[in-house]
Parts: sequence; C-alpha cells; structure tokens
Amino acid sequence: MTTITISHDDVQHLAQLSNLQLSDDEIAALQVDLGNILGYINQLDELDTEGVEPTYQVIDLENVSREDSVQHHAADREALLRLAPDQADNQIKVPKVL
Amino acid sequence: MTKIADYVGKSAVDNVRGAIEAAKNAENFHALLSLTEERALERAAKVDSGEITGRLAGVPFIAKDNFLTLGGTTTAASRFLESFNAPLQATAVEKLEAEGAICIGKANLDAFAHGGSTENSAFGPTLNSVDTTRVAGGSSGGSAVATALGIVPFTLGTDTGGSIRQPASFNGVIGVKPTYGTVSRYGVVAMASSTDTIGCFTTNTADAELVMDVMAGLDPSDMTTLPDFFELCEAKPNQKIGIIKEFMTDDVDADVRARTSEYVERLKAAGHTVEEVSMPIVKYALAMYYIIVPAEVSSNLARYDGVRYGKRAEGGGLAELYGRSRDEGFVTENKRRIMIGSYVLSSGFFDAYYLKAQKARTLLINRYNELFQDYDALIGPVSPTPAFKLGENTADPVKMYLADVMTVPASLAGLPAISVPAGETAAGLPVGVQLIGKRRSDAQLLALARSLEDAA
Repeated sequence: MTTITISHDDVQHLAQLSNLQLSDDEIAALQVDLGNILGYINQLDELDTEGVEPTYQVIDLENVSREDSVQHHAADREALLRLAPDQADNQIKVPKVL
Repeated sequence: MTKIADYVGKSAVDNVRGAIEAAKNAENFHALLSLTEERALERAAKVDSGEITGRLAGVPFIAKDNFLTLGGTTTAASRFLESFNAPLQATAVEKLEAEGAICIGKANLDAFAHGGSTENSAFGPTLNSVDTTRVAGGSSGGSAVATALGIVPFTLGTDTGGSIRQPASFNGVIGVKPTYGTVSRYGVVAMASSTDTIGCFTTNTADAELVMDVMAGLDPSDMTTLPDFFELCEAKPNQKIGIIKEFMTDDVDADVRARTSEYVERLKAAGHTVEEVSMPIVKYALAMYYIIVPAEVSSNLARYDGVRYGKRAEGGGLAELYGRSRDEGFVTENKRRIMIGSYVLSSGFFDAYYLKAQKARTLLINRYNELFQDYDALIGPVSPTPAFKLGENTADPVKMYLADVMTVPASLAGLPAISVPAGETAAGLPVGVQLIGKRRSDAQLLALARSLEDAA
C-alpha cells in the first residue's frame, strides 16, 4: 500500500484549519497516520469518473418551505444557557477577543 | 437472551429493577456508561398505575450514549461531553417512550461513533459478549453487547458505515441499519449527515420489526426524514437474491464464508433463487467512505469548541480556548478524521478527493440500481473476520478501517441492510450475514430474515 509523506508543517497547517492545538508527540504520530490514510484513499485515482454527476444526498430531497413563524422547541433559553461553561447577564461568556 | 414479549404485561417496576440488576452484574463487560435508574423507576411506576400505556409498555431498553436522553448524561463516550446533561430527548427515544418503553441507561461507543471496535471510547473499551479477550465491535459495541447479554430485550444504535451491523455480527444478535431517512436523527450526536442512520439491536426479527415500526416516520425537526413507509409484512415467496462475489474471496475468513454459504443454502431450501453477482466498484467504496465521512465529520464536529456547552479548557485567549478544548475533548481518532476532512475539503484538493469521491459514489449507486432491477435482495458477510482481539488493530488506523469494507457500500447508497446471526466459527465466535435491499425495502428484508428464523 502506498503512503504519502506528510510533514510536521502539513500537520500543523491541518491542525490550524481544524482548530486543534496539538502536542509535538501527537503531531509526529499524526504524520504517520494521516500519510497512511491518504495513501489508502488515493487508490480512488484508478477509477474513471469522467462525466459522472456527483451524489451529495441519496433520497432525492427537495427544499421544503414553511411559514416564517416562531417554532417551539423542547429546550428553552434558560435550559440552553445553563449548559454553557460560563455565562453572565443571559449571555455566554468567553475570553476577550480583542 | 431475552425478547420483548418476556416483559409485556409484567410489572414495569420489576422489569426495570431486573434490568438494572442484570446491568450491574455484567459491569465487567463495560457495555454501559451510565444508568438512569431514578427516571426509569418513575416511568415504570406510571406504567404500572396505567398512566403510561402502549405497545412497549414497561419494556426496558438502552440507548447508545450519542442519543440525547433526560435523567442522566449524554457523553458520546468523549471527555468533551463527559458531564453533559441534555435539555431534550432524541425523537427516536421520545417515540419509544410514547409507546411506554423505558430507557434504563446509556451504552458505550467509540467516541463520537468514530471506530469499529469501541476501543476509541474515552472511558475504555466494551468487551465482546462471547470472548472477553476480543472487541465488541463498533461503534455501537455497548448496545450490541447489552442485547447479547440479555440485560434488556432491545438497544438503540447508530450506523454510519457499519456501526450497528458489525457489532451485531460480532455478538450474535440482529442489527438493523434502515434506509437513510427512515428514523429521525434529531437529538442524536451528528457524525456524517449524508449516511447517519438510527437503528436497533434485538435477539429476534419480530422485535426488530416492532421497534423499527415505532421509530420510523417524518419528523419536522429532521428535514431528511421520509414519510413512514415501514409496513409489517410477510416475505415474498420465490425471491431472487444475489450473493456479492467480491465479498466471498480468499481475503475473507473461511468460517465466515462457510456460514454465509450455509445461510444461502437455507434461502434456497426456502424456495428462493440465489445467484452470484459482481460489483467491481465495491473495491473502491472504502476509499470513498474515508473521504466523504471525514469531510462531513470535520464540519459536524466544528460545533465542539468549548463555548456553548461541554468541556472548556481554561486560560489564554479565545483561539487557545478553542484549540485546547478540542485537543483535550477529542480522542486521537476524532482528530484524525477531522484533519483528513480538513485536508480533502481544502482548496486545491477538493476536486481530487471530495468531488471525486462523490462522483464515484454515483457509480456505486448506479451499480446497486442495476442489480435491484433483477434482484430482490443482496447477501454477503457483514465483516471479513469474526471479532478481533482487543488491541489487534489499534496501532494502525487503516487496518481498523478495513474492518468496515463490507458495510460501507450500503451506507454510501442509503440502502437498508440488516445483520442476521448465521452461526459461529470453529472457535465459537458469532458470525453474521448481511441482507441488503433497495431503499424502503426494510420491512421486506426483516420479513425474509424472520421466515428463515422460523424455519431454523
């Protein structure tokens, strides 16, 4: 089976795209794993898909419209706010952005 | 093993107490992550007083821990959701409760349902019900083992690429992966939205038919649900069934092939015709799957950022909060899939991977459609091997993925597929066969399996 060479920087770039902060040990292991996985999925290159339409969903879904009205859900605002790790004044609190 | 009929008409409180005792006695298998004893007993009392009635009144069940339920935590077997108390219940659970069923606890899984052995659970693996040195299968391993051990008569699972069928086959129970869209996914932790399905484990087909009949149907909260098409029926006589040649090669364990061939002989003895069919494209299905699913995973798991719910890593600014919460909350396999997804969706690679895989998916579906013009159903093994040893595949993710090679094709095409017990290997490990049908033929597949079960 073929493998693809994935560099330390490649993993770091993917981690950044994925919002993951990884340790150096994790990065080293992921270089090997991601290289092997990409090597495996690359075998799809052998398949001729010229002129074939892609499939994004399998049950012929169509858009459904409804009235633009308030829908009632099982969980109310208080219940959802209670789930937040930190909250104040009916809002979810996060560290300063700027 | 138990069946639903053993519980109907009995004291619901006794049923629940018995199931909880059975769960505690089987703790060494680590099939369950939590029990919801208090809420279960409250509901049982209401069944016994006649306040709650229905087709499943007083019947205890267990949900995979990626179904949101009240009365306890929903963890998805992850550190991220370790102490998450859902504010609402999955539609599937609500529908079962509306018929009087009682959820007594939550089953172990690979974290966020990523895996095929339950070894990716952040809380430790589930052990196989027959041989505790072997894996339960996955990702719904805890649900399969809980049914096999007879803790409850049915359990719920999710199947995105084989996560119900494979553990069912590894533990000798029935596993149903329905047509995509049969059961609402609302309130179930999303993995890959274009192939995620909700199904069940039971010890016999009649119970599976009942549970699927209760759960199926439209849900305004899940726009991919189909109008209820699930109609209990009897198996059509003289069916034409295709056995998939590519799944009966020397790469497949000899005992698995032998049990599959015996099941084929039983189909023939029951008056059906079985012919060999070829699907050369299935060779590429696993590669398609491990492009499409990580792509959807990377999108679906973006929501776990430590802000609105779940685990939050403290210290630093917002970017560090995201990055560290995600590093601590996910297991390695979650990270692999998210990063592969980021890779195949990134600009420059999108056409070569994601678009290519979605085109290949069309070719796979086309081949199924051709076959279903001539055949009522397809048959093959569920997994190339019986349950493997704990730790055997954990070092090599690709080797672990290869265990899914026979289950992912039906998932990519949205087809119903059921895993049916077909005997054991020489070493006594369960083997399952897979019956696959065209979309919406779920009830017919179960009826076919039931007709052979009756004859056995």
